[in-house]
Amino acid sequence: MWIYDKKLEFPVKIKKKDPKLAKLIITQYGGPDGELGASLRYLSQRFATVTPQAKAVLTDIGTEELAHLEMIGAIVQQLTSDLSIEEIKANGFDAFYVEHGLGVFPQSAAGAAFTANAFQSKGDPVTDLYEDMAAEQKARSTYEYLLDMIDDPDVAAPIKFLREREIVHFQRFGEALEYVRQHLSANHYF
Amino acid sequence: MNMTLYKLTQLDFCAVDLQLYLDTHPGDTKAIAEYNKILTEASALRSEYERKNALTAKNPSATDKFDWINEPWDWEAQYN
Repeated sequence: MWIYDKKLEFPVKIKKKDPKLAKLIITQYGGPDGELGASLRYLSQRFATVTPQAKAVLTDIGTEELAHLEMIGAIVQQLTSDLSIEEIKANGFDAFYVEHGLGVFPQSAAGAAFTANAFQSKGDPVTDLYEDMAAEQKARSTYEYLLDMIDDPDVAAPIKFLREREIVHFQRFGEALEYVRQHLSANHYF
Repeated sequence: MNMTLYKLTQLDFCAVDLQLYLDTHPGDTKAIAEYNKILTEASALRSEYERKNALTAKNPSATDKFDWINEPWDWEAQYN
């Protein structure tokens, strides 16, 4: 089970609206390498993994990704709060607006709705952990591409934090993979 | 941002990161001691903050109005 803690993992306080940037950053909400897909990937895969370490890592990182999803939602919301129709038209936010208003919808930067087709739960602990390590690297790359597009330090700070977490998660998945390998070789699977 | 909330956010993040480290280093006694110390500090700060602001719905509420629903919510700029 989960309990909601009414605070962000890292504060998000944006003073300047920027709907163009919101349209890009939303990809980490519902895009192929986004936080929603990451959370569902790990929280689904954990049911089929082995070793207490891998079960703990998948549970804890899957949970942390939900806190990251919330941070991205907060960034998108704050970048688009109280936009006027003129601002919506002038910044290319019109297509999003006619479908979602100023709501936050899980989609990629290119406008494709969230899909579970971007990840797997393969039922093989080794296969899954390799996917997880790749997923963390893909998310890190995405955050770096986003940082190329960001000038506002209020937006860059939480994005940099999220990028750093991808690196830590990659490290922990690598360690979990070692435990799983040792466990499986002890049972003569390989 | 409220200073107590700011410090609690820092401590809770330290706990998240150390918890993850301990998942794959469960025998690191130095890290366990540090983790326990951070949890104790965070718990004290949480109690202090929650005298006025509920962080979870399970925080005892004022009797005349359920505190949990108070605005601003955490994704709003005014909260942070």
